[in-house]
Amino acid sequence: MELKLKIWRQKNSGEKGAIIDYNVKKIDPDMSFLEMLDVLNQDLIKSGEEPVAFDHDCREGICGMCSLVINGSPHGPDKGTTTCQLHMRRFKSGDTIYIEPFRGTAFPVIKDLVVDRSAFDRIQQSGGYVSVNTSGNTVDANATPIPKPDADEAFKAAACIGCGACVASCKNSSAMLFVGAKVSQYSRLPQGKVEARERVLNMVKQMDKEGFGNCTNTGACEAHCPKGISLDNILNLNREYIKAKIRK
Amino acid sequence: MDKDGQMLSIKELADVLNVSQKTIRRHINSGKIKSVKVGGVHRISREQVSSLLEVEEIIVDDLINIGLERGFPYDSKVPSGDLKNKWSKHKGTINLVSPANKRNIDIIVVGTGLAGASASATLAELGYNVKAFCFQDSPRRAHSIAAQGGINASKNYQGDGDSDYRLFYDTIKGGDYRSREANVYRLAEVSANIIDQCVAQGVPFARDYGGLLDNRSFGGVLVSRTFYAKGQTGQQLLLGAYSALNRQVNRGKVEMFSRHEMMDVVVVDGKARGIISRNLVNGKIERHGAHAVVIASGGYGNVFYLSTNAMGSNVTASWKIHKKGAFFANPCFTQIHPTCIPVSGDHQSKLTLMSESLRNDGRIWVPKNIEDAKKIRNKELKPTEIPENDRDYYLERRYPAFGNLVPRDVASRAAKERCDAGYGVNKTGQAVYLDFAAAIIRYGKEKAISTGQDKDNIDLVKSLGKEIIKAKYGNLFQMYEKIVDENPYETPMQIFPAVHYTMGGVWVDYNLMTTIPGCFAIGEANFSDHGANRLGASALMQGLADGYFVLPYTIGDYLADEIKTGPIKTDTKEFDEAESGVNKFIEKIMSNKSGKSVDYYHRKLGKIMWDKCGMSRNAEDLRSAITEIKALREEFYSNVFVPGGADGYNEELAKAGRVADFLELGELFALDALERNESCGGHFREEYQTEEGEALRNDEEFTFVSCWEHMGKDKKPKLNKEELNFKSVELKSRSYK
Ligand SMILES: Cc1cc2nc3c(=O)[nH]c(=O)nc-3n(C[C@H](O)[C@H](O)[C@H](O)COP(=O)(O)OP(=O)(O)OC[C@H]3O[C@@H](n4cnc5c(N)ncnc54)[C@H](O)[C@@H]3O)c2cc1C
Ligand code: SF4
Ligand code: FES
Repeated sequence: MELKLKIWRQKNSGEKGAIIDYNVKKIDPDMSFLEMLDVLNQDLIKSGEEPVAFDHDCREGICGMCSLVINGSPHGPDKGTTTCQLHMRRFKSGDTIYIEPFRGTAFPVIKDLVVDRSAFDRIQQSGGYVSVNTSGNTVDANATPIPKPDADEAFKAAACIGCGACVASCKNSSAMLFVGAKVSQYSRLPQGKVEARERVLNMVKQMDKEGFGNCTNTGACEAHCPKGISLDNILNLNREYIKAKIRK
Repeated sequence: MDKDGQMLSIKELADVLNVSQKTIRRHINSGKIKSVKVGGVHRISREQVSSLLEVEEIIVDDLINIGLERGFPYDSKVPSGDLKNKWSKHKGTINLVSPANKRNIDIIVVGTGLAGASASATLAELGYNVKAFCFQDSPRRAHSIAAQGGINASKNYQGDGDSDYRLFYDTIKGGDYRSREANVYRLAEVSANIIDQCVAQGVPFARDYGGLLDNRSFGGVLVSRTFYAKGQTGQQLLLGAYSALNRQVNRGKVEMFSRHEMMDVVVVDGKARGIISRNLVNGKIERHGAHAVVIASGGYGNVFYLSTNAMGSNVTASWKIHKKGAFFANPCFTQIHPTCIPVSGDHQSKLTLMSESLRNDGRIWVPKNIEDAKKIRNKELKPTEIPENDRDYYLERRYPAFGNLVPRDVASRAAKERCDAGYGVNKTGQAVYLDFAAAIIRYGKEKAISTGQDKDNIDLVKSLGKEIIKAKYGNLFQMYEKIVDENPYETPMQIFPAVHYTMGGVWVDYNLMTTIPGCFAIGEANFSDHGANRLGASALMQGLADGYFVLPYTIGDYLADEIKTGPIKTDTKEFDEAESGVNKFIEKIMSNKSGKSVDYYHRKLGKIMWDKCGMSRNAEDLRSAITEIKALREEFYSNVFVPGGADGYNEELAKAGRVADFLELGELFALDALERNESCGGHFREEYQTEEGEALRNDEEFTFVSCWEHMGKDKKPKLNKEELNFKSVELKSRSYK
């Protein structure tokens, strides 16, 4: 396959970026999207140029490090798929592909397609945990049975990989799906209930401080989330938030 | 030593008497020393040794210690006493640091995967000041996140007879008797607590309909002790540890340095006192001082280029401390996992694991006729067209007792054997089938019968069977289909072994301290618990055991002497030297203005490693690997091209540093494999096999940990041996026939 690529290049956060055109040849349909970019980068290095910077690590859809807006769609055209799991058989020879970073006020570009998502870490630090000491003096794991449906729901919410596609897909750059997923995980488990109130207040406060926008229920986040995190989590976040406010 | 500690092996006696093993054998043959044969191995009784030494009574423990001291320059600090009481006794007697003093002590933790995140969180909670580092943009991305199958713990919730001892025994045996008894027992002992801890943190493990925790069985053991969260156990455990870490960041007790790479360790007056790091965003070289440095940087499987590890997994942190004095143990002990998606072409950047649990229901086969195999490779024949009689279920044929559930090392070698003989499938010839057709029918029939439907309606049976397979392995089948673009419900999966885990690593004593005082190693980075082969679901257990429950206590034994030291200054000549070493390396790497890319060298190294130090090894290949790696390393320095600058984000530069270290490790790896003249666990030397092609261990001469000491640039590293003493288990050869 041969492809025309239009890629966002930006030297660093201080400088302006632009879309640059590239061509790649000899692309095998069995290649992953990132392997296609590897081919481009090897070509660039051969001709003495700087390769395109992009984030990635596990390349199997679980670490949440890969990003990329591909033809306008975070993580590309396939539903429930991260960029690293997208394969070139999804494209046709001769196609033009636009590749841009996950944008958002709270996600400044570091270089080319690499963005700074540390705002997500700071939101988690503000309350995304259970305040239990880790030095070993806890009760037996089976002391508190948890109904299977609750455990399963908590797991579904906990499957979020923190990639930020929800933010990148949202016209308001809202992080409600990401925050909702964490809040919902804990709100469904007895262990998380004790601090539910402070947690939701602190996490939402931090979210606003980081510059993420408000949710206007467009549903774009759910559509682009590679892990199928559902909009119910946002509903639940709102519910928990209101509950916490009323009790104040 | 034997079970009761009453008998010595030839090796042990030779060490005690400081003579060669040959001498002892000569005396045994001449009758001067009387030995008895236990399981085919010579043993010398305590009385014999007493009379040889002309002393009245000897304590075998002491003798061993004398022997050890002579042969091995470090104390493994294994506490004396009964195996079951060692850890509690040790905890009760080691030095502690008072809460008030902990505030004045700084600890650096390099790596925030399961091991590093759990350690950072607990150390901070205890009151120490922690600085934690990782190269990804967040601790939540560490390679631990990718673990699928589960985590072992001896909870015995299923009431199937599990116990600490059984978990200990399985791990020692699974490791082919090349790990330290006391460490493994401690691991089993703290395992149950890990599950309590994780549940308290809100980790959503799988549960049954009664709301209690569910278990699955794993890795060919006889009990169900594996806790899991669908196929995402590593993710959920890491997010748990990450949340504990975040809590401490929020309290100001952990300072987190993401997108930072450790470039070197700083040793002052023989003690680890800090690190030099590079900020991967702006390229700044930074100094960080601390009273202790903990390495939790994971395994080095990527020395093979292709592995199931994440792209960034590397040996740099471990290798840098090795070069400053830390022994590197058993570098050649690597686990090659039998069920991974095969390489599809030259573009391949990484390999994907298919969980071991699939072998519970999948049958592994290749065509019986070589002509069929050829046709399959040329796409002239489909696997489903090959009749039952023309299929070779080679694991069931060779190992009737364990069949498709033999341990990982055995299954991997058997696949290689068939593919080398020309029976491999896939366009590369490097793949075998994992077939679920029989399981689909079996489950389908069961379901049809139990629900009163027609068990002879084959379409119905198949669709019922597929539903059951989907419920069990749906996410794995989906992942397979995404990558390979074939439907594994309809046609057998293709699989091939791939590098997955490294049992070898930095040598540590019972306190998890390396041979550099003040420098510790935890998680996959150390060598400690898995011997020559790791059992499934045990790495997550070890990482969290080290991080939550072991290191936070044992580190106190060292730090108790540091309470008066005061803050570590970084404006010293040792920091100057380390920093200038890092700068020189970067300058050198950046100085070539054209040449080959870093990946080019990494791939070349990987190919040498896979071809010559992979699933089976022989002396000739290993020698040529050493020569080839040396040459490749030289070429690398003179010809590698890293575009861009060093003063900003530069992924190629980061990769170059990692590959430079792999190019050194690779050589030591081959040397270690060459020196270990036996086959054990993941290390298979073609010269040492039985007539049937099974691994032949040599307990008399190789029951030791190979501890490599760096002797300086271009000097041959020195092999030190830590003898392993087995008091609680009997050494047996593993048979799965
Ligand atoms: C696909 C796969 C599936 C697996 N499944 C299972 C399973 O089901 N059960 C099981 O028990 N085990 C499993 N394992 C093994 C297990 O996941 C790992 O052994 C374990 O997670 C390692 O944890 P760790 O904390 O030691 O290291 P890692 O999780 O690898 O973390 C390493 C950390 O070190 C940091 N780091 C590395 N180098 C540097 C440097 N130079 N400077 C700064 N930071 C650095 C990284 O950023 C990272 O934070 C699996 C492994 C793989 C590959
Ligand atoms: S909610 Fe979905 S899109 Fe958003 S960070 Fe989590 S996994 Fe990514
Ligand atoms: S690289 Fe890890 S999710 Fe894509």
